Amino acid sequence: MNNLKKLILAILISVGSQSFGQQTPAPEQAGPITITGATAHIGNGSVIENSVIVFEAGKITAIGGPGTATKGRVIEASGKHVYPGFIAPAKSLGLVEVNAVRASNDQDELGKYIPNIRSLIAYNAESKVVESMRPNGVLLGQITPQGGRISGTSSIVQFDAWNWEDAAVKVDDGIHLNWPNSFSRGRWWLGEERGWKPNKEYTQEQDELRMFLANAKAYGSGAGEPENQAFKASQGLFDGSKRLYISAQGEKEIIDAVTLAKEAGVKNIVLVGGYEAYKVIPFLKQHNVPVLVRHTHALPFRDDNDYDQSYKLPKLLMDAGILVGLQNADMSNFQTRNLPFYAGQVVGQGMDKEAALQLITGNTAKILGIDDMYGTLETGKSATLFISEGDALDMRTNILSSAFIDGREISLETHQTELWQRYMEKYDRQ
Amino acid sequence: MKKLLPLFLLLISACTLHSQDYFPKNEGLKEENTNFMAFTNATIYVTPTEVVKNGTLLVRDGKVVASGRSVNIPANAVQIDLKGKHIYPSFIDPYTDFGVEKPKRESGQGRSPQYEPSRSGFYWNDHIMPEKAAVEKFEYDKKKAEDYRKAGFGVLNTHIMDGIARGTGVLVALNDSDDEAVRILDDASAQFFSFDKSVTSRQSYPTSLMGAMALLRQLHHDANWYEKGNVSTKDRSLEALIASRNLPSIIEAGSKDNNLRADKISDAFNLNYIIVGGGDEYELIDEIKATNARYIIPLDFPDAYDVSDPYAADYVSLQDMRAWNQAPTNPKSLADKGVTFALTTFKLKSPSEFDSKLKKAFQYGYDKTKALEALTTIPAELLGKSEELGSLKPGRYANFLITSGDIFDKETTLYENWVQGKKHILADMNQKDIRGEYSLNVGGKTYDLSVSGELASPKAEVKIGDTKYPSKMSYSDKWVSLSFTDEAGNHTYTSTAMVPESGSGFSGKVMLPGGSETGFTAVYKGPMAEKDSEEEQDHTPEVVPVTYPNVGYGYRTKPRQQNVLFKNATVWTSEDSGVLPNTDVLVKNGKIEKIGKNLSAGGATVIDATGKHLTAGIIDEHSHIAALSINEAGQNSSAEVSIEDVVDPEDVGIYRNLAGGVTSIQILHGSANPIGGRSAIIKLKWGENADELIYDDSPKFIKFALGENVKQSNWESYSRFPQTRMGVEQLYVNYFNRAKDYDAKKKSGQPYRYDEEMEVLAEILNGERFISCHSYVQSEINMLMKVAESFGFRVNTFTHILEGYKVADKMAEHGVGGSTFSDWWAYKFEVNDAIPYNAAIMASQGVTVAINSDDGEMSRRLNQEAAKSVKYGGMSEEEAWKLVTINPAKLLHLDDRTGSIKEGKDADLVLWNDHPLSVYALAEKTMIDGTFYFDIEKDKAMRQQVQTERAKLINMMLSEKSNGGKTRAPKGKDKIHFECETIN
Repeated sequence: MNNLKKLILAILISVGSQSFGQQTPAPEQAGPITITGATAHIGNGSVIENSVIVFEAGKITAIGGPGTATKGRVIEASGKHVYPGFIAPAKSLGLVEVNAVRASNDQDELGKYIPNIRSLIAYNAESKVVESMRPNGVLLGQITPQGGRISGTSSIVQFDAWNWEDAAVKVDDGIHLNWPNSFSRGRWWLGEERGWKPNKEYTQEQDELRMFLANAKAYGSGAGEPENQAFKASQGLFDGSKRLYISAQGEKEIIDAVTLAKEAGVKNIVLVGGYEAYKVIPFLKQHNVPVLVRHTHALPFRDDNDYDQSYKLPKLLMDAGILVGLQNADMSNFQTRNLPFYAGQVVGQGMDKEAALQLITGNTAKILGIDDMYGTLETGKSATLFISEGDALDMRTNILSSAFIDGREISLETHQTELWQRYMEKYDRQ
Repeated sequence: MKKLLPLFLLLISACTLHSQDYFPKNEGLKEENTNFMAFTNATIYVTPTEVVKNGTLLVRDGKVVASGRSVNIPANAVQIDLKGKHIYPSFIDPYTDFGVEKPKRESGQGRSPQYEPSRSGFYWNDHIMPEKAAVEKFEYDKKKAEDYRKAGFGVLNTHIMDGIARGTGVLVALNDSDDEAVRILDDASAQFFSFDKSVTSRQSYPTSLMGAMALLRQLHHDANWYEKGNVSTKDRSLEALIASRNLPSIIEAGSKDNNLRADKISDAFNLNYIIVGGGDEYELIDEIKATNARYIIPLDFPDAYDVSDPYAADYVSLQDMRAWNQAPTNPKSLADKGVTFALTTFKLKSPSEFDSKLKKAFQYGYDKTKALEALTTIPAELLGKSEELGSLKPGRYANFLITSGDIFDKETTLYENWVQGKKHILADMNQKDIRGEYSLNVGGKTYDLSVSGELASPKAEVKIGDTKYPSKMSYSDKWVSLSFTDEAGNHTYTSTAMVPESGSGFSGKVMLPGGSETGFTAVYKGPMAEKDSEEEQDHTPEVVPVTYPNVGYGYRTKPRQQNVLFKNATVWTSEDSGVLPNTDVLVKNGKIEKIGKNLSAGGATVIDATGKHLTAGIIDEHSHIAALSINEAGQNSSAEVSIEDVVDPEDVGIYRNLAGGVTSIQILHGSANPIGGRSAIIKLKWGENADELIYDDSPKFIKFALGENVKQSNWESYSRFPQTRMGVEQLYVNYFNRAKDYDAKKKSGQPYRYDEEMEVLAEILNGERFISCHSYVQSEINMLMKVAESFGFRVNTFTHILEGYKVADKMAEHGVGGSTFSDWWAYKFEVNDAIPYNAAIMASQGVTVAINSDDGEMSRRLNQEAAKSVKYGGMSEEEAWKLVTINPAKLLHLDDRTGSIKEGKDADLVLWNDHPLSVYALAEKTMIDGTFYFDIEKDKAMRQQVQTERAKLINMMLSEKSNGGKTRAPKGKDKIHFECETIN
């Protein structure tokens, strides 16, 4: 017993001691800052060459061509590129530190219908994984609980904060639903036959969900006594204050999901995943459903699919006029720093670079409902942006020289850059 | 009842064979019947190819005495006239579990794995049970015997269908009348093997197919050693195996590739395995033929998928749709190639399915004589019983079938199935054929009656003009009964009649609707008019062509090598010459012939590469695609297993890798144990078979692993050593000490027990095999280098090596390379300090560095992963490009053959439409040894082909369904995308 206690203590100490890697959050923007000479990628499809970007008190006050007046401190950025901070939706960043260490995992609560579970209060603003997003330009994220049928409620945060309250950009923005699959996978590891077969429970699973939403709505129409936390947390779906993010991949599932949610009175629906969304484009347009599409660095689901099916999917949807953002919900959190490259991959499929940028900036902000402040470089919006030496959607040239969140110039150092420097110093001494 | 039973037994055993002469008999007189039975005037298939018309089969005492045209019929013979009828030797099924109860699975999932055996005095592995004798479990099953007899079988070979070595089988005649003393023809008829573990033991090893193969190999080595008297302890398993050596060995392989695997083991030990195939042999028919092995082939042709829901149809792969379409060609395909094989009912739900499956094979062109051989003479020969079974030559068991005609004809009735001279009636052979057209006079009306269908169970159709009356007919013994409803009068008539021996037509009585009786007459008008159904049957079904490999995106014809001149490309040499603008590269006979400006094509195909980039093919040092299993996790060392045994050339991952510019990969064993298995190093020649993919004279590699996986830290397993990094070191020391002793003994010329695991470890000590070691934290990296140095060898590669940057100086000094991820971390505790600068730091200290994937998705974008080293650590683009070309080639000891664009090297090349390190670049053409295995334009055409062929097969399945064919629910493949940690 004693040994066990010591062991636990040792683990706690070792985990704990490595959690202090977080860079100190930057102070409030002190005076006006102007970035000049850079190519400004606005995030709405347009570009300003040789731009002047002025921001004060955390907000962009002017943006334009070479004639625009500078103000305050001037950062000369000729030949460089300025982008709005990239936005990572549907991630559990800050809820899990090390995937395999159970003690560090706070992303999946027990229960099937738990919209009242809130990610924000568990969000670790000092996560080393969150910190590692910033040198790649990923500055905002929608922190999302995982698992279950209704996993819980997300909040949107910025990635340079002392605590979750400071980090919050939009609190309790949406509820996340994992739509059942009409095919189920044989649990071969339990002796069942391997393979995907029609899911016999599919109808029942949908009905269960339909009843949950109906009950939640009825609860809202009544006195609300005694309090039912799950029903109470769902009310925003019906008054439009919370979006419903539905994770569904197949053609049939997408149609079923959107239809059921609409019939249940859900006001704002966002499709997450949408592997076969390209097959139901008129339907999605008719119901005005935006898509947070599955990221591009993924294998096709089926052997007979085109090898580049995942690469081109965002383009297929965007070309058809659907509002599309990119997410990598099914990847480990650390991968989220590759968000710009997921977008870059679509350019190889013939998408315009500025359109590809929208997949992780302007479009995502619109889908998440934070486009009043974030997602594009426009006057009046938050100065959440960064300067890259080159094209930030390409690995070779995504090299950040400075980054700002709400005008605060944040550190681009991380646990990882520190180790790099530490060991290069070791070798320099030799 | 008590008294009746012995009496009954007495009656049925009245002609028991002489073998039981010495048995006393108290319930009656002891008497013998020594009469003959003579079956005369029959068409006798003495063998499938020796057919006697108007012949006689003379039988006595359960055996054939004579068969032929002129047989002297002794006076004491009972004669049976079989005029117009056929006699065939009855069928033999060499692969069943008849009468042997299937062992039940051990319950108790989720407990910590069991590594030790549950028995003692036997072989060390529970799944090896050559000492099992099916005869001890055998119980004759009359009901099943009848099912088999109905399908034409007379003799079955049966065994305990469980385990890797399954012991001996029983050969049994389906003779209901006699007892075990008579019908068991051989109580150790063959010995049986498979690649599947026993359900009765939870012993972990082997967890994989390659482990099962290694176990079978080692078993035979051990038996040889044991036989020579070198083992002081008792091993009843090995003794049984040695005692069974002269029996036929039957191995259940179960698929085309596993057939080849079984054959390799067979050849290595001269085992002469008879291989139970999978029914998909047609896909690899040349390779199957080349094994020269003999086969037992199931006929479980897959049912069509029910694809009426187009959404669900999406789940079914082209590969699986094709299997439905093509599988019925398998028997023909094997027969045409001259492969020796018997047929089996194995895998069919019931023997009653056998007939329809066989007829389906005929429809697809299978030769009927060959089929008869595969059911009679060949199984007899496989079992070494040609002198007793399989034909109707004198001396054979009187196991034969009496039929109304050609046994494989649709209209033919199987009357009797005689086993060991005992009659089993299936249909009354004296029943008169009443099929034909009649006019039926009843109640003052005249109806047209047509009788069709099978002789013993005919169908009736009652009409007046075009009006049909619903009717039912039954016919047994000599009695026919017919009922029909005259709807006009709403009258139902039921009638019955005895069919007279002679004359045509029949008459009898009929019950009128009012309850009164009257007579009726059916007057024979003539035979049934021929229908078009015959034509339908003869119509050969459409079969889609087999591709290489036989899956989506397989090629109709294998791609061919060509001479090519790439004109005016930006050439990334991966050599000191760097990046050469506007340069030509000439490829000839699979090699890079010349690099330069304005080269002359000299007959080579010219490809204008202006504005494009030509690079060496990408090499992935750490891949797990294209393999059927990755981890042999059953022991802490599995050096005896080899991924080369389980290469899967059909994995679409190969094609997708090609589309990402990858030409060579090392398929590494996983990281389940400190000493893993041997690698397969392959070229991604999509369309070639497994052996063709593996490099000629391949450098020898083995996977080692350190850290959390080998300690089993992240799942419930607490019983396997080691559980700490400290234990890992000691385990290596222990194994290498043993390998050293083994090698010394071997070299000294003393007799030694051949141990495949030790052989492999000794190769490492002797510098003949290289280690690629999965590693994360600096302490363990340092440790393995020290262990290696103490045994006088060097670690070749650390793979993953995420903290390599902390000990890069030590690595450079040791001379080990690093093959790492570009930017992975945070997925487990030991990768907390993994940083994307790792590659750049290691390279800066002189370590040869590669970027690998360990992932079937990332592997197809390794150019992008290499580019991350430009971002993280500021590596130059030229150096970054080497991370995925010449550097992994060096680490794999392939740099003299591939990995750069250099005259004389293999033409493994990729043409990119953009800067190869750019996220925007696409591989347009990928060439291996001068052959294009991927072409982005051809890919577009193939996508269309896949869609077209899917649509065609879906339509065919829909029409199968609407024509009443059997269907099953759609099913999607659940493909495992292997990583290091995948246990399989």
